Amino acid sequence: MSHTPPKIVPAKLALRQPRALQDPTWVRWLLTATAVGFISLFICLPLGLVIFQALSKGISTYWSALTQDDTLSAINLTLLVALVTVPLNTVFGVAAAWAITRFDFKGKSLLTTLIDLPFSVSPVISGFIFVLLFGAEGWFGEWLMAHDIKIIFAVPGIILATLFITFPFVARQLIPLMQEMGNQEEEAALSLGASGWKTFWAVTLPNIKWALLYGVLLCNARAMGEFGAVSVVSGHIRGLTNTLPLHVEVNYNDYDVVGAFASASILAALAIVTLILKTALEWKQATR
Amino acid sequence: MNKNLIRTVVAAAFALLAVGHSHAADVNLLNVSYDPTRELYKEYNPVFAKYWLAKTGDKVTINQSHAGSGKQARSVLEGLEADVVTLALGYDVDQLFEKRKLIPENWQSLLPNNSSPYTSTIVLLVRKGNPLGIKDWNDIVKPGVSIVTPNPKTSGGARWNYLAAWAYALKHNNNDEAAATDFVAKLYKNAAVLDTGARGSTTTFIEREIGDVLITWENEAYLALREFGADKYEIITPSLSILAEPPVTVVEDVARKHGTVEVATEYLKYLYSKEGQDLIGKNYYRPTDPEIAAKYAKQFQPLELVKIEAFGGWNAAQKKHFADDGVFDQIYGTGK
Repeated sequence: MSHTPPKIVPAKLALRQPRALQDPTWVRWLLTATAVGFISLFICLPLGLVIFQALSKGISTYWSALTQDDTLSAINLTLLVALVTVPLNTVFGVAAAWAITRFDFKGKSLLTTLIDLPFSVSPVISGFIFVLLFGAEGWFGEWLMAHDIKIIFAVPGIILATLFITFPFVARQLIPLMQEMGNQEEEAALSLGASGWKTFWAVTLPNIKWALLYGVLLCNARAMGEFGAVSVVSGHIRGLTNTLPLHVEVNYNDYDVVGAFASASILAALAIVTLILKTALEWKQATR
Repeated sequence: MNKNLIRTVVAAAFALLAVGHSHAADVNLLNVSYDPTRELYKEYNPVFAKYWLAKTGDKVTINQSHAGSGKQARSVLEGLEADVVTLALGYDVDQLFEKRKLIPENWQSLLPNNSSPYTSTIVLLVRKGNPLGIKDWNDIVKPGVSIVTPNPKTSGGARWNYLAAWAYALKHNNNDEAAATDFVAKLYKNAAVLDTGARGSTTTFIEREIGDVLITWENEAYLALREFGADKYEIITPSLSILAEPPVTVVEDVARKHGTVEVATEYLKYLYSKEGQDLIGKNYYRPTDPEIAAKYAKQFQPLELVKIEAFGGWNAAQKKHFADDGVFDQIYGTGK
């Protein structure tokens, strides 16, 4: 076992700053208290409430709410949607980031803007776009019906809407990083005779992997949690086209509060896992 | 001989399988319904499935979708493949014919009682003790009363609510329409929240504790008492309200494509049977079968009921009150 010398991390640097450069103690206390108070009020309290409500009638009621057929099928559908959209958006995201940071072409800034579109459009509108395109009265409606293809009010529509909503996450994480990195390392690899693929796998990917994972994580969290766009295209058929977030609403409106919060607790757990993984990834990135 | 025996057994098994298969089909039905029928169809679906299995040997699974009536009609028009629709009012079902010819024009005459297996009316729900002393429609238009009712643009129940208030105002103002317009304008000025469907309004009133009065379906109000305790809320039955006739119909175009016309028709017809009517009464809808209706009569307060025909039918009512720039748009646009 070898001992590595302790690294100087920024937090320690701060301690070494002369007193004159620091804010007065009361300011620091006030700011910290405000931040902690805000977080506990708006994040910890609601999360705690979800768990409390979910368990309000005991573990067994909670468990039977989670193992209802409709809940299970909502969980399955949510997982299916994430399983399809996240890999696709990972590939699209890498391709888009690559194109934007490595090539110069006409309409590049337009492409950059378009990537952000799903962020700037209200999710309900995004869902509605698909209804206008693929609904029975939409542009492709007649053709789709003639060929007996169901998109809206079926799983494909839910996947499409989620794909659209979660598109920017991976690309948005990669673009700034890849811009900052520049392409010297890749040029070096190419000039040493590596193929394009080899360069990507051996040079680019290792450099971007933490940012990529971070993007994938955020993309996944949103894919599983999306409500607005999915609500528009789902048709709300119980046991068939309700994802977990929609199932929460259905249960709540069925006066099944425990069921609603039980489903919500799965989403909350997902959020916590995402948060932990995100922190771990950030820590990895910082100490890389 | 042994070989022959095996052959016979195998052949018989196959024959049995084939017979069994041709008889026991698995059928799926999608019932697209409005908001407060969740509990009714949750109870009715397994009852019908049992009946259908006994009658035909087929296993039928009924899937449900619930939301505001207008929104549901819109979804069916946009391609939600409902085998049957069970909506809040005739106008919404009519749209399936008007816009896409999914149902025949005479749909309403295909089943008894204008295709309404159950009726209901609109009542007021207040908090225990009735702190504001609300007795009738004129009490809820007073300044400072906070009302919860859904949005008539998306909800069927909300349109019945509106028309009930309108009918009351006409009666008490010698049929003066200007006075009635003024009355409903005051009512919607008092509206704290307009949810998209009746159930959303109920949860707003009960779980989020917003508002002094919830205007809602009679069945929805009694269900709320059952779910949340009769010691917390009171139902105020107004002196006059509207006879709400929620219709049901087979979406023929879709059912033909799915090959479900027969089972879908029977699904709706069975609502009129003694067993179906009894479930309807149990869920606080008013049964249309006289015998069952008599059995449940005592759970409802008597009141004067105005029919939709008094408004010239749903098409006329919709055009006048709820279409773009109709009376509702005028009062809600300027009333706030």
